[in-house]
Amino acid sequence: MKLELRGITKKFGSLVANDHIDLTVEAGEIHCLLGENGAGKSTLMNVLYGLYRADEGEILLDDRLQHFEGPGDAMRAGIGMVHQHFMLIPVFTVAENVMLGHEQTRAGGLIDLAAARQKVREISDRFGFDVDPDALVDDLPVGVQQRVEIIKALSRDARVLVFDEPTAVLTPQETDELMAIMRQLKESGASIVFITHKLREVREVADRITVVRLGKVVGEAEPTATNAELASLMVGRAVELTVQKEEPTLGEEALEVEHLTVVDPIGQLVVNDVSFSVRRGEVLAVAGVQGNGQTELTEALVGLQSRVQGTITLDGQDLTRHSVRRILDAGVGFVPEDRTEDGLVGEFTVAENLMLDRSDGEPFVKAGNVQRGFLAEFARDKVAEFDVRTPGIETKAGRLSGGNQQKVVLARELSRDLNLLVAAQPTRGVDVGSIEFIHKRIIETRDAGVPVVVVSTELDEVTALADRIMVMYRGKVVGIVPGDTPREVLGLMMAGERPAPSGDAPTPEGAAA
Amino acid sequence: MTATSQHHATSSPAEHLDSTTVISWKAPISFAVVTALLAVLFLTTRHSGDAVFRLSAPRDLIQIPEIVLNGPVTTWTCVVLLTAITAAAAALVRAKRRVPLWVVVIFAVIGLVAFLTWAAAGARTPVIPLPGLLAGALSLSVPLIFGALCGVISERVGVINIAIEGQLLAGAFTSAVVASVIGQQWLGPIVGLFAAAISGVLVAFVLAAFSIKYFVDQVIVGVVLNVLVIGLTSFLFSQVLAPNAALLNSPPRLQRIPIPLLSEIPLIGPMFFRQTLIVYAMYVIIVLVYIGLFHTRWGLRLRSVGEHPQAADTVGINVARTRFWNVSLAGAIAGFGGAFFTLGAVGAFNKEMTAGAGFIALAAVIFGQWDPIRATLAALLFGFASNLQNTLSVIGSPVPSEFMLMLPYVVTILAVAGFVGKVRGPAAAGKPYIKS
Repeated sequence: MKLELRGITKKFGSLVANDHIDLTVEAGEIHCLLGENGAGKSTLMNVLYGLYRADEGEILLDDRLQHFEGPGDAMRAGIGMVHQHFMLIPVFTVAENVMLGHEQTRAGGLIDLAAARQKVREISDRFGFDVDPDALVDDLPVGVQQRVEIIKALSRDARVLVFDEPTAVLTPQETDELMAIMRQLKESGASIVFITHKLREVREVADRITVVRLGKVVGEAEPTATNAELASLMVGRAVELTVQKEEPTLGEEALEVEHLTVVDPIGQLVVNDVSFSVRRGEVLAVAGVQGNGQTELTEALVGLQSRVQGTITLDGQDLTRHSVRRILDAGVGFVPEDRTEDGLVGEFTVAENLMLDRSDGEPFVKAGNVQRGFLAEFARDKVAEFDVRTPGIETKAGRLSGGNQQKVVLARELSRDLNLLVAAQPTRGVDVGSIEFIHKRIIETRDAGVPVVVVSTELDEVTALADRIMVMYRGKVVGIVPGDTPREVLGLMMAGERPAPSGDAPTPEGAAA
Repeated sequence: MTATSQHHATSSPAEHLDSTTVISWKAPISFAVVTALLAVLFLTTRHSGDAVFRLSAPRDLIQIPEIVLNGPVTTWTCVVLLTAITAAAAALVRAKRRVPLWVVVIFAVIGLVAFLTWAAAGARTPVIPLPGLLAGALSLSVPLIFGALCGVISERVGVINIAIEGQLLAGAFTSAVVASVIGQQWLGPIVGLFAAAISGVLVAFVLAAFSIKYFVDQVIVGVVLNVLVIGLTSFLFSQVLAPNAALLNSPPRLQRIPIPLLSEIPLIGPMFFRQTLIVYAMYVIIVLVYIGLFHTRWGLRLRSVGEHPQAADTVGINVARTRFWNVSLAGAIAGFGGAFFTLGAVGAFNKEMTAGAGFIALAAVIFGQWDPIRATLAALLFGFASNLQNTLSVIGSPVPSEFMLMLPYVVTILAVAGFVGKVRGPAAAGKPYIKS
C-alpha cells in the first residue's frame, strides 16, 4: 500500500512540531525517517496513526484521501504501528493483547480466546517467531514483547507498518533479527516506515531516507551516504562523531565494589553479585541492554536502593548502606538516568536546580537563608561555563530542551569537589551538539583524576568514552573487557554470552534476506 | 521485620532473573501478639461458666443439638493450639518458607472460638445463636458487597471511586421516597430499587464528568460528593421527610422469599436462602461481574483501560467513553445496594444511615485485590465482625460495648494493613488520561 503525507503541520501551543512535512512511502519499501530526538518524527507518526489531529495537511493511502478520527480508523485503513514504548497491557496474556480492540466473541458475549491463540500461532509461524500465546506480557523479554507488537499489527492486516525507534531496547543481535523481519515484511508487499536516529541501522536496511530536523524535512539521502553526511544533514552542521581523548593516566584504585547484590521487592536479584573497581583517572563504562540491572547498580552506588548486600568502598571509606547525603558528602557526583524524574525539579529555576543538593549549608545557605546574590553569580558562571542555552538563570528548568537540562545537571554535579562521578545515560534524549559537549566534559573529569562510571545502552557512547567496559546481563557481570573491544564481541556479551578467548567475530544474521 | 536471604536458583538462560525469597516475619509476629492478648484477657477476667453454641433456630426443619463448651477448658486449649500454630509459623519463616493462607484461616477460627467461648461464658445468657449471627452477618454485608462491586468496576476501569458512600446513601434515600410514594406490597419496593440505581448513576455522572472530562483529582471529587450527598439527604430528611413521614418515609419493606429445600439446609440455608429480592439480585450481580470482567469483551476492554489507557487508545478503544459508562454502571450497582438499608433492613430512611459502609466497601476492594469474588468475601468478613458486636451486646457479654463497636473497624484495619501485604491495583487507577 502506498502512503502519502502532504503538508502535515502540527503545533503544540507556540511550538511547531511538524512544519508542512511531505513524505511518500511506496509499497514494498523500507522508508527511513531519520532525525534527532525532538525533531518531530514521533509526532508525525502519531498524526498518521490518528493519535494526534493535524492542524493542516492530508494523508493519502493508495491515492485516496483519509480522515482519521482516532487510531481505530487508522487501523481499519491498514496502518499498524510498533510503538517505541510498547502499547501492551503487562498483566494480559499475549493472546489477550493481540485481540484487544477487535475481539471475536462466542455465544453470550464471551471472548473467543481459542481463536486469538490460533491467530497468534499462525502469524508466529509465518515469521518464525517463538511466542507463547498464553504467556503474560510482563514476563516476556523486551525483544519478544516487540514481536507481540508486530503480531498485533499484522493480526489486523496492516499494510503500512510504522516502527518507532524499535531498536532502542534491543541487543545488537535482536536488532539484526528485527532487520531481517522488516525485510521479510517488505517482501510480502508491506510499506515500512522506520523511525530512528541511529545511522548504522539506517544504512543497513533503508531503501530511501528522509531526514527531519526541527519539524521540517531537510532532505533526502541514499542509503549509500556516509555516516558523516547523514549526521551533518541531521544536525545541520558538521559533527565530530568521535570523542578526542588521550590515553588515561591511571591512579590508585578508588572505587571498589565487592559482591554487590540488590534485591527488588519481589525477591529478584536485579543486581547479582557484582564486583568491580575503578581507578582514579579511568572511565569504566557499564554496557548492556536497558533493564539488565544498570539502573539499580547506579542507584545502589549513591545509596538510593534499600535492599543491598555486599560492600562499596571509595578511597578506603565504606559507603555501603549509608544515606544519600553522606555519600554525596563523600564526593560522589550522580547524573541520574531520568533527568526529568530524578535529576531536576522542572518547576524550579535553573539557578535553584544548580544548588539542589547543596542546600544544607554555606556558601549557598547562611542561617537558613538562601544566599540569592551568591547563587545568581554562581549560576551565571555555570551557565556560561557549561554553555547552557537558557533565556536566563531564572527560567524554569522544565522549559529547557533535553540537552540543556542535562547540562544543568552535569554543571551541578561537576561543580562540587568530586571523588567519583556516576553518570547514567548521560546523553539520552540529548541533541548531537550537546552530546559532543557532555562527552568532552566527562573525559575532562577523568583527566582531572576522578574515577568515572558511565552507564549507557548505546554502544557508540560506550566505545567512545570507555577505558574499560563492563557488560551486564540479567543483573550479572558478563565480563570486564578493554575499551577497544570490537562491537560484535560486546554485542554477544550484551546477550549474555561470555567473551570467547579466541575472539572470533560472529557473522551478522539476516544479511542474506 | 523483613529480611532477605539468598539462595541462588540455577538461572534459566532466557526468561527470569535469579531470585531470593523475601521472608517476612509479619505472620508469626501478629500470631504471637494475638495469642498473648487473648491469654492476658483470659487470665485477667476469668469466666468459669459454660458457653452454649446454638446451631439451629427453633423453627428450622432439621434440628441440630446445641454444643456446650466449658469456658476455661476451651479457652486454654485454644490458647495452647494458637501457641503451637505461632511456633509452627515461626519455624516455617525460619526455614525461609511462606506461611500459607490456610494456616492464617485456621488460626483465625481457633482464636474466634476461644474469644466467643470466653465472651459467652461470662454473659447473662451464655448462648451464641449461630444461625442468627451468620444470617445477620450476611445482611450487614449486603451493602458492603454492592459497594465493593462498585469499587471493583470503577477502579478496574481506572477511576478511584471514593463516592461509594454517597452513592449508597443516595440509593437508600431515593428508594425510600419512591417506594413510599408508590406504596403497595411489591410494586413500590421494586420501582424503588430501580430509582435507587438511577440515583447512584446520577452521583456517578458527577464523579465521571469531573474526573474524566475535566481531570479534577478523583479523590477530591469523591470526598466532595460524599459530603454533598450527606448534606442533601440530611437536609431533605429533616425538612421534608420527617414532617411527612407517613407519605414519604414509610416504604413497604421487601418480603423475605425462602427458597424451597435450599433454605432448609442447616446453618447456611437460612443465611443464604431465606432472604429478600435484593440479596438474590446480589448473588446474580456478583457472578455477572466476575464473568463479565474476566471472560467478556466488555471486561477485557474495561481492564485494559484501567491498566494502560494509552495502549487501549492505540487499538481504537475510546478511553473516556469506556470510563464514563463503566463508572456510571458502578454507580448503579452501589445505588441499588443502598436501597437495602431502607427497603431490606430498616424500613425507613434515616440521617447518614450508611454510617461509613462505603468506606468499608472501599477497604473490601483493596483487601479483595480488585477481584469481585474476593472483595465479596472481604465484605462478608467485615459484615461478620459487625454482627459479632451486635450479638455479643444482645447476649450481655461483659466486653465493654464501646470496645465492641470498634471491632468491625479494627478488623478492617488489620485486614487491609496486616494480611494484605503488597498487592497491586490497576496500574492507571486514579490517573486521568489526557490526550494532547
